[in-house]
Amino acid sequence: MIYHLQIPVSDKELAKLEAGDTIYLSGVIYSARDAAHKRMYENLEKNLPLPISVDQIFLYYMGPSPARENKVIGSAGPTTSSRMDKYTPALLDLGVKGMIGKGKRSLDVKEAMKRNNAVYMAAVGGAGALLSKAIISSEVVAYEDLGAEAIRKLEVKDFPVIVVIDCKGNDLYEQAIAEYNKE
Amino acid sequence: MRQIEAKDIIQAVKEMCIEATHFLTKDMVCAMNDACEKECSPVGKQVLEQLQDNLKIAAEEMIPICQDTGMAVVFVELGQEVSIVGGNLEDAIQEGIRQGYQEGYLRMSVVKDPFIRENTKDNSPGVIHYEVLPGKDLKLTLAPKGFGSENMSKIFMLKPSDGIEGAKAAILSAVKDAGPNACPPMVVGVGIGGTFEKCALLSKKALLRSVNEHSNLKHIEELEVELLDAINRTGIGPGGLGGVVTALAIHIETYPTHIAGLPVAVNICCHVNRHASRIL
Repeated sequence: MIYHLQIPVSDKELAKLEAGDTIYLSGVIYSARDAAHKRMYENLEKNLPLPISVDQIFLYYMGPSPARENKVIGSAGPTTSSRMDKYTPALLDLGVKGMIGKGKRSLDVKEAMKRNNAVYMAAVGGAGALLSKAIISSEVVAYEDLGAEAIRKLEVKDFPVIVVIDCKGNDLYEQAIAEYNKE
Repeated sequence: MRQIEAKDIIQAVKEMCIEATHFLTKDMVCAMNDACEKECSPVGKQVLEQLQDNLKIAAEEMIPICQDTGMAVVFVELGQEVSIVGGNLEDAIQEGIRQGYQEGYLRMSVVKDPFIRENTKDNSPGVIHYEVLPGKDLKLTLAPKGFGSENMSKIFMLKPSDGIEGAKAAILSAVKDAGPNACPPMVVGVGIGGTFEKCALLSKKALLRSVNEHSNLKHIEELEVELLDAINRTGIGPGGLGGVVTALAIHIETYPTHIAGLPVAVNICCHVNRHASRIL
C-alpha cells in the first residue's frame, strides 16, 4: 500500500501500517543520532527532563552535511539505526511513535514497539541529496554543540519511507530477503 | 630529485575531497545503471531509481551524494626520486582534508578520541597509507569512507586447513551480517593473505579497483565470479529490502602469507564507493 500521512499520526492509523508499505510523510520530525541519544538517555537515568518532548513524535536518525547558501539543509539521509537500539526502548516508552533510519533493530526494540504501538521506517541509505529535497525547514532545537549530531526540528513534505517493522513486529528485512533468497 | 610543492598537494587533496563526495567514478555509474536493469524486485527497483535520482541531484546542486562524507582515507604512492618542498607531505595532506571538508560543505565526522568523542570540527585527521615506489611521480588517491558500511567490515584469522571453502563461508557470512546496515548494493573488498594488518589494508585497497575489472590471477577471478553470484543469491537486495542485486562487485586482493595462516579481511563499502586520484 501507499499512504500519504500527516504527523502526528493517530494510533488507529499507525496500526493500519504494514511492513512493506510505502509512506510519504509530511509534518514535523526530529533528527537525533548517537550523541543526542546518549545525552537523552543519561538525562533519563538521572531523572532529568529531556530537551524536547518526545511524546507522539517521529525521530529521524540523521546527521546532515552543512547547508550551502540558500539551501535548507545539506545531504540528509538516514544513518544505521542499530546504534540507537540501546537507548530506544526508553524513548518508545515515553511516547515516540515513529523512527526513521536504516538497517536492523534489536529484539528489545521490537518488543518496545509492539508494547507502544510504534512503527520503524527506512529511508533509502545513501540518498541524502534526494531526501534533502523533501525537507522544507530545519532548526536546531537542542544540543547545538554537537554540530551535525544536534537535535533538529525538521518540517518535511512527502518524505519517502518504507515501513520495515510494523506495530505487530513484522519485519520487512526478514520477509523480503526470504522471498528473493535462492541459496 | 624532482621537487613537488606542498601547496600543490594541499590543493589536490582539497579538490579530491569535493570531487569524490559529489561525483561517482564512471565505472560506478555504469554499475549502478546495470543494477537498475537487472533488479527484478519492485521495491528493489524503487530504491535503485531513488539512488539514480540522488546521483543526479548531488551533481547538479552540489549536495553530497551521502551526508556521511566519511573519514578521509588517503593512499600515497610516492616516487623515491621526489622531494617535497615548502612543507611536509603529511601536514599537506591533512591540511588538504581540512580545507576540502570546510570549503566543500562536507560533514565533519571525526572525533579526536575514541572514548571522549569530541569532534575535531575539520574532519582531520585522515588515515594515510604510504608506499614508496621507483619513479618521479606522486600519486594520491582519496577514498572518503562512511561508517555505515565500515562498521560491518570483518577480519577472520582462518587456518590453512579452512582453505578456499572456509574463505568463501567467511566472506559470505560478513556480507549477510552486514545486510541492510551497509546500504546495499555494496562493493565488497577482500584481502587474503599477509598478516593481520596487511590483509585489512588489502581489503580496503580492493575497493579502489574499477568495478568492471577482475583479479589477474585466474583462480582469484573465478572466486570473485562465484562469490558475486553467491552474494546476489542471498536475496538481501537494494536497501536490504529484498532483490537480486546485493553487490555490484567483489574485489579480492591477495598477498603471500605465513605457513600457519590464512587471514581474510572483508571491507564492505556501500553503493557510494567513492574515490578520486591525482598524479602530481
